[in-house]
Amino acid sequence: MDIDLSQFTQVFFEESLEGLEVMESELLKLTVPQPDPETINTIFRAAHSIKGGSATFGFNQVAGFTHLLETLLDEIRDGRREMTANHQDMLLLSVDLLRNMLQALMAGQSFESPQQQELENRFNQELSEVAGVEEAPDNASQSNEKSAAKVSETKDSETKESETKETGLSWQIDFHAGADILRCGNDPILMFNELAELGELKVSLPAQELPEFEDLDPESCRLYWQLQLDTEAPLERIKEVFEWVEDDCEIHYQQLPAKTQLVEGVSPQEQAPISTSAPDSQGAATTAKVESGKAVAKTAETSSIRVSTDKIDMLINMVGELVITQAMLGQIGQQEHIDDNALLSLQQGLEQLANHTRDLQESVMQIRMLPISFAFNRFPRLVRDIGQQLGKKVELILKGEETELDKTVMEKIVDPMVHLVRNSLDHGIESPAVRSAKGKPETGRITLNAFHQGGNIVIEITDDGAGLDTGRILAKARDKGLVGAEEELSTEAIQQLIFKPGFSTADSVSDLSGRGVGMDVVRRNIQALSGSVELASTPGKGSRFTIRLPLTLAILDGQLVRVGEHTYVVPLVSIYESLQVESSKVNKLSEEHEVIRLRDEYLPVIRVYQEFNHLAQAKEVKEGLVMVVDNNNQKVGLLVDELLAQQQVVIKSLEDNYAKVPGVSGATILGDGRVALIVDIPGLVTMSGLNQTQEHAA
Amino acid sequence: MTESNPATSAAAKDQSQQYLTFMMADEEYGVDILSVQEIRGWEATTVIPNAPPHVKGVINLRGTIVPIIDLRQRFGIKTLAYGPTTVVIVLKVHLDKQYKVMGIVVDAVSDVFSITQSEIRSAPDFGQDTDMRFIHGLTCVADKMVILLNINMLLGNEVLPDASQLSSLLQQLDLEQPQAANL
Amino acid sequence: MKTILAVDDSASMRQMVSFTLKTAGFDVTEANNGEEALKVAQGREFDLVISDVNMPIMDGIELIRNLRELPNYKFVPMLMLTTESTSDKKQQGRAAGATGWIVKPFNPDQLLATVRKVLG
Repeated sequence: MDIDLSQFTQVFFEESLEGLEVMESELLKLTVPQPDPETINTIFRAAHSIKGGSATFGFNQVAGFTHLLETLLDEIRDGRREMTANHQDMLLLSVDLLRNMLQALMAGQSFESPQQQELENRFNQELSEVAGVEEAPDNASQSNEKSAAKVSETKDSETKESETKETGLSWQIDFHAGADILRCGNDPILMFNELAELGELKVSLPAQELPEFEDLDPESCRLYWQLQLDTEAPLERIKEVFEWVEDDCEIHYQQLPAKTQLVEGVSPQEQAPISTSAPDSQGAATTAKVESGKAVAKTAETSSIRVSTDKIDMLINMVGELVITQAMLGQIGQQEHIDDNALLSLQQGLEQLANHTRDLQESVMQIRMLPISFAFNRFPRLVRDIGQQLGKKVELILKGEETELDKTVMEKIVDPMVHLVRNSLDHGIESPAVRSAKGKPETGRITLNAFHQGGNIVIEITDDGAGLDTGRILAKARDKGLVGAEEELSTEAIQQLIFKPGFSTADSVSDLSGRGVGMDVVRRNIQALSGSVELASTPGKGSRFTIRLPLTLAILDGQLVRVGEHTYVVPLVSIYESLQVESSKVNKLSEEHEVIRLRDEYLPVIRVYQEFNHLAQAKEVKEGLVMVVDNNNQKVGLLVDELLAQQQVVIKSLEDNYAKVPGVSGATILGDGRVALIVDIPGLVTMSGLNQTQEHAA
Repeated sequence: MTESNPATSAAAKDQSQQYLTFMMADEEYGVDILSVQEIRGWEATTVIPNAPPHVKGVINLRGTIVPIIDLRQRFGIKTLAYGPTTVVIVLKVHLDKQYKVMGIVVDAVSDVFSITQSEIRSAPDFGQDTDMRFIHGLTCVADKMVILLNINMLLGNEVLPDASQLSSLLQQLDLEQPQAANL
Repeated sequence: MKTILAVDDSASMRQMVSFTLKTAGFDVTEANNGEEALKVAQGREFDLVISDVNMPIMDGIELIRNLRELPNYKFVPMLMLTTESTSDKKQQGRAAGATGWIVKPFNPDQLLATVRKVLG
C-alpha cells in the first residue's frame, strides 16, 4: 500500500512546536535539584512524542537529537539521575535548537548549526558519567534506520546459525500454550496461520495433559500442539511468529532431517518474507526538495486556528436557526398580497433575523478570540534569559492570562510587548546591588496584566524599577535638537519625548532596546491596530505602560456624523461627549487655532470640513456640533454639522484598492449600500498641525 | 483566441490578445480584456477627502471598496457631466504582487478586438521629460489609431500629460521620427 | 468490517494510524488518551485496540489493564505502540494483558502487517 506520510507532517510540526512550548514552560517552572515528578513526566512525554513522530515521519536529525533529551529525562524521572541546573540549561537550549530544526524542515531547508554538536557533546558527557546507564545514546542515523523491532530481521542474526542448516528445512515445533495467552488476546490459530504463510504446515494435537473436566477453565489455554513446518524461512523468522507469547509459553524448536533439497546459493536475505524498509529515510531528502527557495518563516503567525468543537456546534445551531427564519420570511414574501397579518409576521421575522445574525456574528468573532496566554507564554523565558544576561534578578508575574482577544491582534501586539518588557529589563529594573542600596528587594518585579475594559482589551506592563530618568531624557532630547536648550517641560512632557522618532537613551547599540527602533515604532505599531499606549512613571519607584486595543479589528461601533454632504463614521469608543458650544466659550488663539472651554479644561477644536476640504454647513463652532474625542489620551474637539445614527459597522480596507488616506482609517458600507469613511482621529489631529501646539500649551 | 500559451507556431509574434476599446475625448483607447472585470453605469461615489481631482471617490462593489477615476481628468482633459449614459470600466490591475480593482470613467465603450503582437508598435519618443509610460503601444483598427493603455500607470497620482489631440500629436511625431521597425 | 480503536496523544500519529487502517478497509475510532479511550470502549465493542504507551492521565499499559476488566474485552487483541523495546516494557505490557506490540518508528506497511496478524 502506498501511503503518503507527508500529509501528516503538517500536523506533526504543529504539535511538535506546541510540545516544545510545553517543554519550555515546564522547564522554567522546575526547581532543581528536586523537581516535581509530574513536571518531569510531562517534559519527558513531550520529548518522547517528538522523537516518536519525527522517527516515524523520517525526520532523522530531529529524532536522533531528541533521543538524547529523552534518555536524560528518562533517567531523571526514573530516579537514576539527579537533576541539576546544568540539565535545565541544556534542555532549554535544546528546545531552542529543536524549534529551529523544525522550522527549517517546515520551510524545506536543511539545517546545520554548530550548537547541535555542542549540545550533543554536553549530553553525551552527562550521560556517560554515571555508570550503569542503560543505553548509550544512539547515533542519529543508526537508531532510526533500524527497522521496527517487530520485524527485527537483520542480516546479522541470520549469520548466527550455520549457513547450510538455515535454508529449506523442516522444523518440529512443540507449542505448549501459556494458560493466560487467550486473556491477552493472543490466538494460537492466528499464529499458526502466520506460520502457514511461511511454508507448509501440519498441525497435530498429541495426547494432552488436561485437567479434569470440572476443572477446565474455558478462558485458559492449556493445549499443547505439535507443528511441523517445511519452510525456506530461517529460524529467526519462525520465532518471530511467537514473539509476543514466547515468555508465557513453552516452545521448542527441533530441526528435522531435511526433506526438501537445499537450493544452492539461495541467501537468507532473499527469503525474508517481510521486507523491512526503514521508515522512509527518504523523508529528510524529500523535505529538502520541497521548494528550497522559501525563507524560514520566523514569525509566529500561523494560518490556522484551533477551535473547540463546542464553538463549532454552537455555530451550526445558529446557522440552523438562521435558515429557519429565512425560510419563514421567504414564505411570507411569496404571498400574493401582504396583508396586515403578513406584515406583522414579516416584521417579527426580520427582528428575529437581526437577532440571529447578531448572535452568529458574535459567535464567529468569538472563534478568532484566543486567550492572551499565547502571547504571555514567551515572557518567562525571555525574562529569565535577559535577566541572566544582564545580571539582574527579575520575577515575572502574569495576570489575566485567560483574557481573550482576536488572534490577529494578539499576533501583532507581541512585538511591541516584547520591546516594552525588554525596556523594563534594560532601563527599568536596577541591578541587585543598586536595588539593595535603595532599600528595595534585590529581585525586581515585572508584571503583565490583561483585562477587558469597555470594548477594549487593556494590557499593563509594570515594573518596580527606577522609573524614567527625566534628566537623562531631557538631555538627550536637547542633544538631538528635539527640545530647545532653554525650553522647560513638565515631567509628563519629558516622559512623552521617548515616543519621538529616533530617540533612544542607550549608550551603545546593544541587542536589546538600544537600537533606536524605539518607542515611536512601538506606538505606531499599536496605533496601527487602532490601539493606544500610555505611560506612567515615578522616578525611583517604577513605570507602567498601558496598551489599549480594540477587541477585534474587523468591527467597530460607530457614530455616524455629517460634514456638509458627506457622512463619516467616528469610533464610538473614542467619543467622550458631543455638545453645542456657545460662542462665549470659544477662544481664538490664532488664525488657525481655536480652543473651547469645557468645564475646567480647554480643548483645541479641529474643523473637520477644513481638513477634509468639504463644503460645510457649520463654519463656525457655534453653528455646529463639537464632538469631544480622545487622541492618545488627550481631548480634542471635532466640529461637525450633525450627529446621525449609531451603528455597528464592518471595517473595510480602503488601502486594498486605493491607498492610505490621511485622516481616514478605513471604510465601511452602510445599510443603504453607500460607502462611508471612518475617521482616524490621531491622523486628523496631525493633519491639523495641532501636535506642536499641544505640547507647548501643556 | 487566447494568449499565454508558449507558441509552437512559427510566428510567436503573432499571438493575439483581445482588447476592449473605448472612446475618450474623441480618441480611441484599448485595454487588455483580461484586466476588465466588468462594465457599469455611473453611480454616486463617496468622496475621498483631499484626493486628486481625477479620483472621484469610492463605491461599494459587492462588498469591496473600489476607487473610481475619471480618465479625462487623469489626462488633464476637461470632464463631462455624468449621466445615465456614462460608462465605468472596472479594471483589475496586478500591482505589487496583489490585485487592485478600480473603475475608470470613459465616454463610451466601443468593441472588442483581437490584436496580434506584430500589429502593435511602441509609442514614439516624445523627448523631454514627458512621461508617456501610460502608453503600452499603438495599433490601428479600421483605419483608426488605437492607443493601448498601460493600466498600471493609471493608478498613480500624477496627472498625466494633456492627452487632448493625442492621436494627432502622435501622428505628428511619427512624421518627425522614422518609426522603429516592428517588434 | 472490523472495528479498531486507535489511541495516541499525538495527533499526527493518530492520523497516520487512522488513515492507514481506514484505507485498508477498517473502521477506525480515535481517542486522545487512555481515559477517553476507556469511555469510548465501554460504549461499544471493538475488534482491536491499538494504543500508544506514553500518554498523560492514563498511559497505554493502564488502559489495557482497565480494558481487560471489561467483560467484552477479555479476549480482544490489544497492541501497544512503543518506542521502548526493552524486555521490561514488554513484560509490563504482557502482565497488563497486551497481546503484542509495535515498535516505533514503524511505517504504514508494518502497521498493517501487524494488524492483520492479530485480526486474521
